[in-house]
Amino acid sequence: MEGTMQGDDLAAIAEKHQGSRRKYCLRTCMSAGCMSSRADAIKKGLDAEVKAQGLEGEVEVRRVGCMGFCGLGPLVGLDGMKEREILFEHVTPEDAPAIIRAVQAKDHGLQVADPDHPFFSKQMRVVRANGGIIDPERIEDYVAANGYRALYHVLTDIRPAEVVEEITRSGLRGRGGAGFPTGLKWGTVAKSPGARKFVVCNGDEGDPGAYMDRSILESDPHLVLEGMAIAAYAVGADQGFLYVRAEYPLAISRLQTAIRQAKQLGLLGGGIFETPFTFNVDIRIGAGAFVCGEETALMASVEGRRGTPRPRPPFPAERGLWGCPTLINNVETFANIVPIINRGAAWYAGIGTERSKGTKVFALTGKVQNNGLIEVPMGITLRQIVEEMGGGAIGGAKVKAVQTGGPSGGCIPAEYLDTSVDYESLTKLGSIMGSGGMVVMDDSTNMVEIARFYMDFCRDESCGKCIPCRAGTVQMFELLEKILSRKATARDIAMLEELCDLVKHTSLCGLGQTAPNPVLSTLRFFRNEYTELLQPEPAGECAASGQ
Amino acid sequence: MAAKTLKIDGRQVSAAEDTTVLDAAAEAGIRIPTLCHLEGVYDAGACRLCLVEVAGTAKLLPACTTLVAEGMEVVTQSDRLRRYRRMTLELLLAERNHVCAVCVANGHCELQSLASEHGIDHVRYDYRFPRWGVDATHPRFGLDHNRCILCTRCVRVCWHIEGAGTKNVAGRGAKSFIIDDLNQPWGDSESCTSCGKCVLACPTGALFDRGSTVGEMERDRTKLEFIVNAREKKQWIVSE
Ligand SMILES: Cc1cc2nc3c(=O)[nH]c(=O)nc-3n(C[C@H](O)[C@H](O)[C@H](O)COP(=O)(O)O)c2cc1C
Ligand code: SF4
Ligand code: SF4
Ligand code: SF4
Ligand code: FES
Repeated sequence: MEGTMQGDDLAAIAEKHQGSRRKYCLRTCMSAGCMSSRADAIKKGLDAEVKAQGLEGEVEVRRVGCMGFCGLGPLVGLDGMKEREILFEHVTPEDAPAIIRAVQAKDHGLQVADPDHPFFSKQMRVVRANGGIIDPERIEDYVAANGYRALYHVLTDIRPAEVVEEITRSGLRGRGGAGFPTGLKWGTVAKSPGARKFVVCNGDEGDPGAYMDRSILESDPHLVLEGMAIAAYAVGADQGFLYVRAEYPLAISRLQTAIRQAKQLGLLGGGIFETPFTFNVDIRIGAGAFVCGEETALMASVEGRRGTPRPRPPFPAERGLWGCPTLINNVETFANIVPIINRGAAWYAGIGTERSKGTKVFALTGKVQNNGLIEVPMGITLRQIVEEMGGGAIGGAKVKAVQTGGPSGGCIPAEYLDTSVDYESLTKLGSIMGSGGMVVMDDSTNMVEIARFYMDFCRDESCGKCIPCRAGTVQMFELLEKILSRKATARDIAMLEELCDLVKHTSLCGLGQTAPNPVLSTLRFFRNEYTELLQPEPAGECAASGQ
Repeated sequence: MAAKTLKIDGRQVSAAEDTTVLDAAAEAGIRIPTLCHLEGVYDAGACRLCLVEVAGTAKLLPACTTLVAEGMEVVTQSDRLRRYRRMTLELLLAERNHVCAVCVANGHCELQSLASEHGIDHVRYDYRFPRWGVDATHPRFGLDHNRCILCTRCVRVCWHIEGAGTKNVAGRGAKSFIIDDLNQPWGDSESCTSCGKCVLACPTGALFDRGSTVGEMERDRTKLEFIVNAREKKQWIVSE
């Protein structure tokens, strides 16, 4: 089969796979979240029960990726019922017999989720379309869901420059944090002279509490591989690297499986779809340093050196891995490529706002009723996410602020909940879109403590290469400690602000340049929480440090 | 090679295409403060003292790694830059234990002279007083981590000029430190050729010749420059 794959073969695989479908399907979430609550035992239990009842011909028990509503996990979905799917929540391995009773339309007495809940109904699934539906460890499942069609189309029907144009027209911007226009980046790499070029997928995902990329990799690994292959064709690369942090063993093993299967079918390797296009992907495992998500540090790490950033320019697009032009995009960015190619740039550009197109996946966490992964169209308001989908704060408390962008972002106070979720609006409020962490804080939250938490993180994760970030984060952390222990005066706040200014404007890489953001945004919106903790200036000392 | 013309602090300057702003400025007699830069080895852009303002760019750019461009307008001295440089130096002074009065490099230390140039008579930040040790296992040289500013000049000369690759950085953030080989005592290093180039490269009293006492550690950097010029420009005579 290898290397002889054609478009018809894809259809044949899909058809054969459809033929093997059963009337009912029990989709069992086997992502890291649910796995930690014994999802594998649940699947075993269901398999055993199906067998015991002699229902193998009718019921398929399928391993699937994340369904999103992680707060209700472990989740099992039941398809094929007369009315609509049933989603069982908080399932335990002991529930297997009851679930099988449900298949037989008998009384089951289990907790089920309401599919009309805004948590589901307000979502728009573009990159997560297959998540929780297909088996991420079977390439046939992905092919049956129209997989590798976009790659086939691109390789056989359109020129690389047209692919770049299509991505540019879609308005897609990088999902790794900074929101750089993806088409523009692809065009730069395509035009950079180089005998060899590389494509790198950034799956380092180090923001505390974030797991969007992990979920995509665990639930739909081929979607990312196909996106990378299309990118490689567009920019003229023949080798890709998938950089995944070591803390994601399940994602790594599913990617390994996916790469092996794609190679077997000739969808990776030499002469894909009988064209001259060759593309291979290797996995590189990160040791878990946050800074290794920064693109120049990541490349140093891929090359086998110590993962520290270097000044840009030169940008990776001109001089990346081993000095060759290198395209580096985030996992979610690559996951958007196949939908754009399949459904067209115009369709994609129709979603979202003027300057922020498409959807964004967020990990909704913190003091919110419903937590989990959501994919929403850009331009949705924070209020719709937090109050409608998230159900507001837990236990009748009031929402105080929403944190986006993790240690590089800021806290948006409740007064601004009607803000549209797009790159520009969030930046205007002193936060950033970031990679998708969204933490809800209620009125019991001490904002100075939040600032200290993130500064502690940055101080710990600073690579130590440049002085302002290495030593500045330490001093800012100490000042926050001093304020929290009620020993600080107004002068310390002035010192803190001055350090924020220094570290933001003189640090070498994005880690240091954004590290002051949580302090700056809490000072901007919750300054009283700082000043309440201050001591009066000792008498006889000049208030302005003068220095 | 095409020449570029640019303005540095209002002065018209011309420089060859691949010149850094730092070198172009030096040629025009404009000194930009540096700590991690060392003539002859690749730049790290790490200390951030050489940051300059470039018209049309919101970001401050390191002069040591930024190449000249046609029509570029560079400002190397401003209140803002001076404030940032002073704060950066203060942060360094507070970070480890820089007790100049008892230091072998007293009077010949780049950190000390930059601090006095920037009018630093006291440090506003909390001294961290970390507990770092001294590696005195090498028969000829010593490394006092208390005085290290992590400029990585020693690491870069050891790799780039000597080619030994003995020195490296371990740890991260404020806990970073210079190691030999796989973090073993310097004296046990198998790769160290005892060439002494790292000692010549060090801007502070962190690396020193054993037996030096207070203020004795003066370095003759022309030795390093001699080797670099010999290798790269095939010049065998020390200029100046
Ligand atoms: C400290 C730091 C950490 C980062 N971590 C990540 C990360 O985990 N994943 C990611 O995709 N981008 C991360 N980035 C951004 C990358 O440098 C880079 O901009 C991104 O991978 C580009 O992809 P995109 O254009 O698709 O967003 C990080 C940046 C910084 C400064
Ligand atoms: S800003 Fe921080 S993380 Fe980035 S290079 Fe400097 S020390 Fe390292
Ligand atoms: S003496 Fe020479 S070889 Fe040894 S560590 Fe220093 S520079 Fe490297
Ligand atoms: S030992 Fe000296 S040369 Fe090496 S990093 Fe420390 S201060 Fe710089
Ligand atoms: S000399 Fe340029 S950053 Fe240190």
